[in-house]
Amino acid sequence: MTPLLSVPVAADFVAPTVDYVAVLPMLIVFGAAIVAVLVEAFAPRASRFSIQVGVALVGLIAALGAVGKLIVDGTRVETAGIPAADGTLAASIVIDGPAIFLQGTILALSILAVLTMTERSTDGGAFTPQASAVPGSPGEGAARRVGLVQSEVFPLMLFSVGGMLMFPASNDLLTMFVALEVFSLPLYLLCGLARRRRLLSQEASLKYFLLGAFSSAFFLYGAALLYGFAESVRLADIAAAITGTGRPAVVGQDGLLLLGIALLAVGLLFKVGAAPFHIWTPDVYQGAPTPVTGFMAACTKVAAFGAMLRVVYVALPGARWDFMPALWGVAILTMVVGSVIAIVQTDVKRMLAYSSIAHAGFLMTGVLAIDKIGISGVLFYLFVYGFTTIGAFALVSLVRDAGEDGVGGEATHLSQWAGLGKRHPMAAGAFTLFLLAMAGIPLTSGFMGKYAVFSAAVSNGAWVLALIGVLASAVAAFFYVRVIVLMYFSEPSGSASVVATPGVGTLFAILLSVVVTIVLGIAPTVLFGPAEAASLFLP
Amino acid sequence: MSASWVVVGAVAAGGVLFFTLGMLANRLLRPSAPNPEKLTTYESGVDPVGRGWSQTQVRYYLYAFLYVVFAVDAVYLFPWAVVLAELGWVGVIEMGIFLGILAVGLLHAWRRGALRWTP
Amino acid sequence: MTPLLAEGTTRAAIGAAEGALQQGAWLLVALPLAGAALLLLGGRRTDAWGHWLAVAASWGAFVYGALLFLDLRSLAPEERVRDLTLFSWMPAGGFQLDAGLLLDPLSLAFVLLITFVGSLIHVYSVAYMEHDDDRRRFFAYLNLFVASMLLLVLANSYALLYVGWEGVGLASYLLIGFWNHNPVYATAAKKAFVMNRVGDFGLSVAIMIMFATFGTVTYAGVLPNAGEGSTNAMTWIGLALLLGACGKSAQFPLQAWLGDAMAGPTPVSALIHAATMVTAGVYLVVRSGPIYEAAPTAQLAVVIVGAVTLLFGAIVGCAKDDIKKALAASTMSQIGYMMLAAGLGGIGYVFAIMHLLTHGFFKAGMFLGAGSVMHGMNDSVEMRRYGALSGAMKTTWATFGLGWLAILGVPPFSGFFSKDGIIETAFATGEGWRPWVFGMATLIGAGITAFYMSRLFFMTFQGRKRWPAEAHPHESPSLMTVPMIILAVGSVALGGFLFVGGRFHDWLEPVTGAVEEHHPVIAKYPLMGLTLVLVAVGVALAWRQYWQAEVPQTAPRGSWITRAARKDLYQDDVNEAVFMRPGQYLTRSLVFTDTKGVDGAVGGLAAAVGGLGGRLRRWQSGLVRTYAASMLAGVVVLLLGVLAVRG
Repeated sequence: MTPLLSVPVAADFVAPTVDYVAVLPMLIVFGAAIVAVLVEAFAPRASRFSIQVGVALVGLIAALGAVGKLIVDGTRVETAGIPAADGTLAASIVIDGPAIFLQGTILALSILAVLTMTERSTDGGAFTPQASAVPGSPGEGAARRVGLVQSEVFPLMLFSVGGMLMFPASNDLLTMFVALEVFSLPLYLLCGLARRRRLLSQEASLKYFLLGAFSSAFFLYGAALLYGFAESVRLADIAAAITGTGRPAVVGQDGLLLLGIALLAVGLLFKVGAAPFHIWTPDVYQGAPTPVTGFMAACTKVAAFGAMLRVVYVALPGARWDFMPALWGVAILTMVVGSVIAIVQTDVKRMLAYSSIAHAGFLMTGVLAIDKIGISGVLFYLFVYGFTTIGAFALVSLVRDAGEDGVGGEATHLSQWAGLGKRHPMAAGAFTLFLLAMAGIPLTSGFMGKYAVFSAAVSNGAWVLALIGVLASAVAAFFYVRVIVLMYFSEPSGSASVVATPGVGTLFAILLSVVVTIVLGIAPTVLFGPAEAASLFLP
Repeated sequence: MSASWVVVGAVAAGGVLFFTLGMLANRLLRPSAPNPEKLTTYESGVDPVGRGWSQTQVRYYLYAFLYVVFAVDAVYLFPWAVVLAELGWVGVIEMGIFLGILAVGLLHAWRRGALRWTP
Repeated sequence: MTPLLAEGTTRAAIGAAEGALQQGAWLLVALPLAGAALLLLGGRRTDAWGHWLAVAASWGAFVYGALLFLDLRSLAPEERVRDLTLFSWMPAGGFQLDAGLLLDPLSLAFVLLITFVGSLIHVYSVAYMEHDDDRRRFFAYLNLFVASMLLLVLANSYALLYVGWEGVGLASYLLIGFWNHNPVYATAAKKAFVMNRVGDFGLSVAIMIMFATFGTVTYAGVLPNAGEGSTNAMTWIGLALLLGACGKSAQFPLQAWLGDAMAGPTPVSALIHAATMVTAGVYLVVRSGPIYEAAPTAQLAVVIVGAVTLLFGAIVGCAKDDIKKALAASTMSQIGYMMLAAGLGGIGYVFAIMHLLTHGFFKAGMFLGAGSVMHGMNDSVEMRRYGALSGAMKTTWATFGLGWLAILGVPPFSGFFSKDGIIETAFATGEGWRPWVFGMATLIGAGITAFYMSRLFFMTFQGRKRWPAEAHPHESPSLMTVPMIILAVGSVALGGFLFVGGRFHDWLEPVTGAVEEHHPVIAKYPLMGLTLVLVAVGVALAWRQYWQAEVPQTAPRGSWITRAARKDLYQDDVNEAVFMRPGQYLTRSLVFTDTKGVDGAVGGLAAAVGGLGGRLRRWQSGLVRTYAASMLAGVVVLLLGVLAVRG
């Protein structure tokens, strides 16, 4: 019954079965990551970068193919009903509709992220030549002259993607914690690798690490308390203990349950960037290399919301009246804080960071609908928001200071974006589209996303949340439109900026994001159908 | 219900009161003889060298990490050994993969020169 | 409270679209949309012929609309409401919404107005914008507008209507700010956009309440069941819809943007800010008739808004010296008439839409006339510097004059039939004080209308010449005059054509339901006589002051009411005092000056929010220990929250 405490006797032991097809996407990504580590160790320096890009792309695309096979098969989603059969690896991983949808989303987004990371036409790329060199030291200058590249970016990123794939598919709290750490640790490192403004980047990395560790501790403590309550870390067992159908919950142990839920929630809320646990977001988004920011903003949000959905819908439905009011408060605070503070930002990356906080709030309204259409709404929203975000950050990485010797560092101050519409109509047009989508203007994908979560909230009685969401969206629309106005109707002031000519990878990422944003705005059914079909969690 | 909250409140208030009274009594009763020596760091009677925030050589961390990695994987090896008979060859291969992955990390550290003490 | 409209009305049931012609109705929207897309994506390559493509797309939509009209007319009246489902739009769990079009007499009346007047204005613009570098972009926006407006009127659900609603708002924003190199114009565009957003907020709230009440937002699901919802819900829906209508149609208290919207090119003012888009609010109210009939309070609010706006606009119109702003004030006032009629219900719907159509013709004609005058006068809009232009531009003078007679309501011109119908209905509907108050408002409005329109006409075309020496007024090219002549024909004959024999009443019957005649509290013919006397008095006053007497070239100081009217009856100041100042005092965020340019309600709100943002930003100190402390505080609050819920 409780293998962690009693000494296991060999006769009791049942070897876990592994459904290799179901976990193939994760295996491929982790395998690719290990190969990438070996490449890093043995490949000659000259060809290392291109090999790494190849390994990363091949791995991610193959994993996406494996997810595609799961979708085509479809059987795993329907037939699995009994815990031992549906999960794999002793039911610590469950591959059900939402898991497949989220894994597909994460993989698609991370392929785009890899493409933006390959960008080297602008000033040698976004990453530092040698992370271990002290900023501003002769060593750094030497590394730059020799043309070193920190190509560890790709294995790190692959490990992170692997953890993200695992996070929403975890069926028990320990696996979830492992996944959380596996995808977080590489991210902390990636944040510190910016080529320009390295001190800011390293500061961001350290802050993210410290606060991330802090929140992980809360998550782990919450998991421990829940184990104390249910004597199991499996989500289904916790759900059964709450409703009293499983192991009879110890009378008077509600304190364990409530504190456990709250602390677990802190860990998840930190990752999605919900107020008041959002506070790392702007600093880290600003400091991290822009392609990493895009990757982090899009994929972390997908993975963390996926896990939050699973915890809320699988483990905790019986206790919803206990934690819902508190999470309502968090959602409201998040929407208000995100949209209001974004207004006064003067740095485009910080503005997008606050906007991502506001979006976390909007997504939470969908989560808190506690309904099937809430799930499909959140899945849809995550997909469209991910593409918009990656595209937006890819564009941010192209807007550069106009130095005397060609392009300089990123021009992230908003004043440098003034008049961009006249000088670079294509870039400004694409950015405008992304901003409109984030603002939720009709005929963009963002509108349908917001519509989906708000209507789910309204139809489940959470109209207060939806109302505040609409008001916050109105406030948010203001600062998005302000940037558009700045780009088109203002004369340039301050130092000038230019848009660097993107390489093939970045160009493809931006174009695909544009296409997705438009297509899903006009014909959302294309994705609503799959999202709806996928919106059933297996216990 | 409210009664239990009163108890919680009383315990908290009692705690605060206990601390405050103790410190207050301490201040009232003790003699006061300020002396600069008293403000230095206590290091087993030895005079402290340097400042409190001194840095440790970063290379030590690397060794600490490597030690932790391989110490922790031993924790997995023991329960695995208990059920090895049940698992059979598949189990051996799986553990091989696990150790192999760890070894890849070590390999990488070695190739990138992290194991050399002098640069 | 008794409903203004006591009798129940029967409306035709909705049938499915049949036949290739009806099935292809999406082409109406697709044609101009394709035009806009081609022009926007085609870039400079399409500069040479792009405007003709836009003109062709617009005329194509008109021809298709006319064919559809003939097709529907050939059916029996009770079969003239057709629903066309296009595709499944938002299938979200329990909420299924298809994108579809509703072809019925009301929507087709709008289609014909939009495409016909729109196409004429397209033709006119070819000449008017000839020397503009960005003519192609202008036509792309015009086509975009036509497509959105058609989507707005053809939609079969409030959700799709909302898409069109936003589309016309966008097109309007783009076109007002078309010459955005002038910061004043860009500000005007922003002001229009922001005030429209306030209205759009109302519309979206209405849609949400509708969904919460009926579980659907299609007309077919909502309107027939409106009587069964609670009066309370219907009242809120009605009021929220009214807020939306007020924003779009520049009704009190959201009317301030229309005057500034005249910053756009004149064809835009004619099409969007006179003939079509600004009447979308009236369409919304008429379309939502069943909701208002189930909510007497909301219906009364519509009538009051209409009455206030019609007097408000008329008073403002008397004081404006800018020809386009005077016409804009007049538009506001005339839409007030329509809104009032729409709020009266029953036969009021018919007259509201009829006045909308006739107004679409004569006001568009007059705006084009104003454009023609500006064209000949070096883009001056100052009426005090016109005078005696009748000799220099005969066609403009004649077509403008016919429009003038139409808006005055002189029989047998168009406006007589529609406006007199509204006045009569206002005197005939409701009980107690209502017919008197609303009737008198329309009657007095008619008198003031006569005064300010005559003032405008006389100051521009009659009296003594006051132009500067460098002006050489001349007639415009025929590409501009021909559309004006066609619109003038409409100004003369459309009203009579629609009214005689109850043609229009019968045509709309499947939508508005059969209605009984009411008896006005003043008998019909004396009332008509009274109206005409008032109109004559208005014209005579204007004649004495602006034709016979010398018109000073700089505006005299005027009485307090003139000064107030010149400043739009202090609307901007009220907005500022009520919304903006307290917001600023509240936050003391005088640093946040971004709102300086945006006077108005939302500007003030933004200042307040911005100030709050500035405060909250200090939370972001950059110190990781502060962050950790704030996270810890968050954890504690969250724990207490969870425990408190259980406790």
